[in-house]
Amino acid sequence: MNIIVCIKQVPDAASVKWDREKGTLIRDGVKSVINPFDYNAIEAALQVRDELGGTVTAVTMGPPQAEEAIREAISLGVDQGVVVSDRAFAGADTLATTYTLSKAIEKLGGADLVFCGKQAIDGDTAQVGPGLSVRLGIPCVTCIGDMEVLEGGKGLRVKRMNEFGYDLVEVEFPALFTTIASLNTPRVPSLKGKMRAKKAKIPVWTAEDIGADPDRIGLKGSPTQVASTYIPTFEARKEMLEGSPEEQVEALVERLKGAGIL
Amino acid sequence: MISVDKELCSGCGVCPDVCSYGAISLVGDTAQVDLDKCTLCGTCAENCPADAITIEREETGSAAELDQWRGVWVFAEFRNGEYAPVVFELLGKGRELADALGEELCAVAIGSGSRDQAEVLGNAGADRVLVADSPELEGFSEDVWARILSRLASEQKPEVILAGATSMGRAFLPQVATMLETGLTADCTQLEIRAEDRALLQTRPAFGGNLLATIVCPNHRPQMATVRPNVFRAPSMDFEDSGNSGRQIEIDEIELSPEDLKSGVRVVERKVEDLQGPDLANSQVIVTAGRGIGSEDNLKALEQLANCLEGAVGATRAITDAGWISHHHQIGQTGATVAPKLYLGFGVSGAIQHLVGMQGSEIIVAVNKDPDAPIFDVATYGIVGDVHEILQLLLQRICKGAGQTGG
Amino acid sequence: MSVNYFLTEEQQMIVELCRQIAEEKIVPVRAELDRNEEFPWEIMKDLAQADLFGLYIPEEYGGLGGGTFENCLAVEQLAWGCIGVTTTFAASALGGYPILLFGSKEQKERYLPDVAAGKKLVAFGLTEAGAGSDAAAIKTTAVDAGDHWVINGTKQWITNGGEAEIYTIIAMTDKHKGARGASAFILEKGDEGFSFGKKEKKMGLRASSTRELIFNECRIPKDRLLGRRGQGFIVAMRTLDLARPGIGAIGVGLAQAALDESVKYAKERVQFGQPIISFQAIQHMLADMATEIEASRALVYAVARTIDGGVKNFSKLSAMSKLFPTDVAMKVTTDAVQVLGGYGYMQEYPVEKMMRDAKILQIYEGTNQIQKNVIAQALNKEYAAK
Ligand SMILES: Cc1cc2nc3c(=O)[nH]c(=O)nc-3n(C[C@H](O)[C@H](O)[C@H](O)COP(=O)(O)OP(=O)(O)OC[C@H]3O[C@@H](n4cnc5c(N)ncnc54)[C@H](O)[C@@H]3O)c2cc1C
Ligand SMILES: Cc1cc2nc3c(=O)[nH]c(=O)nc-3n(C[C@H](O)[C@H](O)[C@H](O)COP(=O)(O)OP(=O)(O)OC[C@H]3O[C@@H](n4cnc5c(N)ncnc54)[C@H](O)[C@@H]3O)c2cc1C
Repeated sequence: MNIIVCIKQVPDAASVKWDREKGTLIRDGVKSVINPFDYNAIEAALQVRDELGGTVTAVTMGPPQAEEAIREAISLGVDQGVVVSDRAFAGADTLATTYTLSKAIEKLGGADLVFCGKQAIDGDTAQVGPGLSVRLGIPCVTCIGDMEVLEGGKGLRVKRMNEFGYDLVEVEFPALFTTIASLNTPRVPSLKGKMRAKKAKIPVWTAEDIGADPDRIGLKGSPTQVASTYIPTFEARKEMLEGSPEEQVEALVERLKGAGIL
Repeated sequence: MISVDKELCSGCGVCPDVCSYGAISLVGDTAQVDLDKCTLCGTCAENCPADAITIEREETGSAAELDQWRGVWVFAEFRNGEYAPVVFELLGKGRELADALGEELCAVAIGSGSRDQAEVLGNAGADRVLVADSPELEGFSEDVWARILSRLASEQKPEVILAGATSMGRAFLPQVATMLETGLTADCTQLEIRAEDRALLQTRPAFGGNLLATIVCPNHRPQMATVRPNVFRAPSMDFEDSGNSGRQIEIDEIELSPEDLKSGVRVVERKVEDLQGPDLANSQVIVTAGRGIGSEDNLKALEQLANCLEGAVGATRAITDAGWISHHHQIGQTGATVAPKLYLGFGVSGAIQHLVGMQGSEIIVAVNKDPDAPIFDVATYGIVGDVHEILQLLLQRICKGAGQTGG
Repeated sequence: MSVNYFLTEEQQMIVELCRQIAEEKIVPVRAELDRNEEFPWEIMKDLAQADLFGLYIPEEYGGLGGGTFENCLAVEQLAWGCIGVTTTFAASALGGYPILLFGSKEQKERYLPDVAAGKKLVAFGLTEAGAGSDAAAIKTTAVDAGDHWVINGTKQWITNGGEAEIYTIIAMTDKHKGARGASAFILEKGDEGFSFGKKEKKMGLRASSTRELIFNECRIPKDRLLGRRGQGFIVAMRTLDLARPGIGAIGVGLAQAALDESVKYAKERVQFGQPIISFQAIQHMLADMATEIEASRALVYAVARTIDGGVKNFSKLSAMSKLFPTDVAMKVTTDAVQVLGGYGYMQEYPVEKMMRDAKILQIYEGTNQIQKNVIAQALNKEYAAK
């Protein structure tokens, strides 16, 4: 069984700070980490492998240093990983990203099962998982909050979480699922895994390596374009309401009335 | 690709400052771009006072081809026997956009039973409704919905498709966009038409609401966007007021072949849970409990406050981990990202993992006994005080009077 | 700037991994475990997944083949999170050492792989109601009944009692032979006539389970004798010698956690218009804490490395490496409560638990008075030999 887990390296929310006065991002000491939801994807992949056998391969598209994310995945028990990295991938929107990931998965020999995180905390679109499933021609179920292997190991029965509760859904392999935090508790790395990760050779594949059409990757292959970005400014931020508790509450109620909320 | 014109660059230092990816630095007197970090987002080029930075984009779509795509579509999500509230909000916005373009507004409904209620979509402003109704469309299957919507779109060529960023919309719209090989912008908070080229300007938050990006899709059609519930106001459904009375509504029922209905996703059970109050994503007011609320009693009071503000209850990880409230209520990096009109945090210290999930809120009120709690850095209004006391006072002040449902 | 202990890459990994587990898995639940006196099974699963139970077990039995030093590095970081949880882990090693040191090949093959995989916890049973520091006063007996042993008696305050699957215990086989009349045995949960007494209510260390082991005409096969007959106290002493630097390391981790909380708080807390860290009285307390912790760490590491280097008689060194760091841990945690003032005394802050927990380190695995006896005896011998 060929299990693929897609992981994205994102800036660590804990180290990203925003300078609201200047309206910029403070970048000093920003660490890169694996997208939080992708840990749940990795855990799900490992659980299915532990039950049904097979290999788990982690795939990431990103700059060369995304290799660290793959090493961390290996320390958690993932069998192998690959970094898909090329300057030509820069500026990819989700359409170009899913094309690129699908080409890499194709080169890996296809997938019986793919896990993605529900969404990445930087781009925040939650579009890569469902989009990738179309590229791969397999069904996709998003936001799974629980899962079990179907009788005979033919597929998964999952809880697809929604606004009202959930749907219990059965899907046969090959299939793609996106994971949310309540699906599982990601395991900690193991010592043997960490040692393996240290030594592992992580292949880096370029656009040419995966046989990608240059018109469908990076900025060229991206229909959406960011016309501008800005940091929302919050005027009159931080007014401390002083006085006795009664006065503080009164002041708050006044302001909320002023804002048309009460 | 991105390039910096060394002649024009004055080394003013604006671009390294505005770059969110740390991809630009000044080397000597000129800006240098680290291509491994650059995402070609274009913010630097836009901000460069000397116009020294250019990003070349390939123009692919021919104007004539793009011109064939006309009209605005709204996906009319039909679930549990009714149209989702966000559908009406989108029809309101869609009407504006269609008028700006001088084109029709069409609602596309998919689901068993959707035909019977289709008229209501016209009341909300749709000129035309496309309905795919079949008993087999009872449980939601991503692949079937995606196939139907993308087939209709490629046949009828709308220039804009909007859908709610609900669990359903987020699940299959990206599939539709991929099938149509076009762009999709997630979770938009503003949509408008740029008159000169009919482009849809789509503004959305990223980085947990810390960054707003305006996105365009210049060379592909349709231009697709999802929008969170409650972002736009639903039009009045009253015939007289809305000016929609007497308007001709065309309802087209779509023929579905067995091929259209084939699915790899089998829904075996549907569970509608009794949610404790309104859910986070859909609420304009969120009252949040942090570690500092101290006791479960205070949580009850907090729920009561949320109730009379018609808001939802949020929680930090400490509270959900303690089992006081279910994980559905968790806000932050591993929970929900919210951006309500009013966020009230009680005993929330403001760990960054929580802040990234709520910083986009319009008004942030923080109540904490610790004057140095980081939550105050992002708060609009801060109260240093005892959580219990302030909660009780607020309850007396706000929840007095009749008509509330209580705790 | 921290001291460079010249850790190898693998040792560095152990530190990182254990710190990660402490931060992500232990700290968030420690207060609750303490409040509910709850056995930390979830965390034990994490430690097993992380391969940590195999740290000191040779590779041929599925372990990683690490030494005392690696073990110290691991427990120090875990103890930074909670020493109740860490004691559960460390006591399993304490129970495993006798098998590793004295077990036959068959015994090692039978027990160690499951221990290394973290599938089974181990406990070590020496203490009895009438025999604490005076271990030779134990009353539990093992009688050779031909094709099996019959054990009678009660062990008291046994860490992991009831939760462990495997128990190494010391019982008298030949009372009249005194110190050479005891033998070590391996017991399994479920052995006929083997049951557990009540779970103790404790001042601290409340995530750790402490219970009686009750042997009532308990019958075990002959091959459960560990080492030779009459070797029981030697098994016990060697085991404790090997384990004591680990207790010292737990002290270092705990004291470090208390210092971290203290400095953080002292920088934030404002009185008389300034952060309390600006008061010299507080500064000096913090300076002493930091210095004593570093001295403890250096001592533990040096002793552990000496042991791994293959010296034969290290009772004195091992006693020192338990004595000093655990006294420091008690002092530092007490001072931490002082730095936090009234807040430090409240359960809202973690230092009150640290102070309650610290006390055990001066008591178990030989009280600190007994450590001094061991050190002094060794000195006496060393100087006599000269
Ligand atoms: C401010 C801003 C706004 C943007 N808005 C849009 C937009 O509206 N529409 C759009 O199409 N693009 C948009 N993009 C581009 C988008 O961020 C990138 O395409 C990105 O590569 C993937 O999108 P995401 O981060 O939203 O991932 P998501 O779709 O949220 O990620 C879901 C999961 O997909 C997998 N995954 C995502 N990226 C990778 C990767 N590189 N390698 C391996 N697995 C991965 C992971 O499992 C992840 O958990 C935007 C970018 C920026 C900077
Ligand atoms: C939480 C906990 C967990 C434990 N876990 C285990 C376990 O897993 N396995 C196990 O076998 N035991 C265990 N013990 C027992 C522990 O090792 C003993 O409590 C310890 O050895 C001291 O024995 P005692 O309590 O009987 O004290 P005592 O021996 O009665 O000592 C009382 C006091 O007298 C002092 N004293 C005694 N003799 C001398 C002397 N000769 N010179 C100077 N001072 C002396 C002691 O230092 C102490 O201050 C545990 C105990 C506790 C509290």
